[in-house]
Amino acid sequence: MNDIDIRQVVQEELNNIAPEVDLASVDPAADLREALDIDSMDFLNFVTAIHHRLGVEIPELDYPKLVTLDGAVAYIAAKLGTSKT
Amino acid sequence: MPSLGADMEAGTLVEWLVKPGDRVKPGDIVAVVETQKGAIEIEIFEAGKIEQLLVGVDTKVPVGTPLARIQTEPEGPPGAVAAAPPPAAPAVPLATPPLVRAPVTPPSPPPVSPAAAARARVSPAARRLAEACGIDLSTVSGSGPAGAIVYADVERRLGEAVAPPERKRAPGLDLDAMRSAIAAAMARSKREIPHYYLAHDVDVTACVQWLTRTNAARPPDDRLLIGALAIKALALAARRFPAFNGFYRDGKFEPASAVHVGVAIAIRGGGLAAPALHQADRTSVDELMARMRDLVQRTRAGRIRSSEFSDPTITVTSLGERGVETLYGIIYPPQVAIVGIGKMVTRPWVIDGAIGPRSVVTITLSADHRVSDGHAGALFLAEIGRLLQEPDKL
Repeated sequence: MNDIDIRQVVQEELNNIAPEVDLASVDPAADLREALDIDSMDFLNFVTAIHHRLGVEIPELDYPKLVTLDGAVAYIAAKLGTSKT
Repeated sequence: MPSLGADMEAGTLVEWLVKPGDRVKPGDIVAVVETQKGAIEIEIFEAGKIEQLLVGVDTKVPVGTPLARIQTEPEGPPGAVAAAPPPAAPAVPLATPPLVRAPVTPPSPPPVSPAAAARARVSPAARRLAEACGIDLSTVSGSGPAGAIVYADVERRLGEAVAPPERKRAPGLDLDAMRSAIAAAMARSKREIPHYYLAHDVDVTACVQWLTRTNAARPPDDRLLIGALAIKALALAARRFPAFNGFYRDGKFEPASAVHVGVAIAIRGGGLAAPALHQADRTSVDELMARMRDLVQRTRAGRIRSSEFSDPTITVTSLGERGVETLYGIIYPPQVAIVGIGKMVTRPWVIDGAIGPRSVVTITLSADHRVSDGHAGALFLAEIGRLLQEPDKL
């Protein structure tokens, strides 16, 4: 799974939470909580969905690394990379 | 048609989830009703067999109108039972007059869905066959008079491959109507309820540390948020201080025997609903968290159950971690208190004579002066704060 696929999955799951947001127009370095107006429950649902779909373990301590679109993609890519080797 | 709020006069039945012959038990969801507050799932409070549906799909009827007749168990004469009325509802006639005939005459051309029409007219033989073979009558198209389903239709349906069940439609939330409902309730609250307001800063560092430890070992599905701890603490405190838990009606306060905490849930696009977490004081934090997640999801999808809407005994409102530090809620009548939870901030705090950084949350109370005074309110808030010092005991 490459970065483009991962970004696709991340965007789909974010859109499940915030269906009205056009993610293409969201700055990939912006804080998603601000840009998408999501709360802690939404964020937990996002993490849960990613965990189920990609099998990535995301401990709570790592949440800050996922608060931007770019950050989330890089984090998941790194996790998937290490888990495969 | 149950009353789903003091200001509700009528509701539109948009979907039946049962059909004549179905067995139901208390808590089953039998229908969906559209109100100003959005679509609400109607639960039944009787056990028995659905005998007849009295109100057709897309029909608007006043509160108190029987929606269906059920044959209650064990024997008893058939009585008309609207999904049980919450306390506020006008009395529901229990014995229906000799039935005025099946109300649904499927209009000839299009508007009514095939499912609705099918449910309206089914020959007894067809129904027996369908029941015996586990065929959902809503998936059978009728060829009898006025589209009635006859024996041959069910037989034909038996020969077909099993069609996937039709996806339940989630009737969209009408945000404009919801805004009107909020306006009506809040205007009434400000007109009738003499509010008083208190605020209390609570050091929740113990909760934060406990959550970090607890969540570290859990998959995301089982992780907790501080909101679940706050609701449990609030519910326990409300049980100890009954003057904040109940309804003010007809000039007097009726304390509630159970604690059903209404959770204010913001709806994307603007809108607000506060459905209840039932018996929150007797529910574990894990279970509260799971129910909170479910409730938020269903509320935003427009699938709230009637009992969740009609019976919160106290409400909690929180603007989340990006909100403000302090918020004062407006009491939702006929309730008598609402607790506001601000966002958590790190503040310098004195502990044992030394200053250190602590996680602090401002918890507020708006309460009804007809029922309680500031002194009791202060004790109530202090109790919530005290309970949050020992999260492992919640």
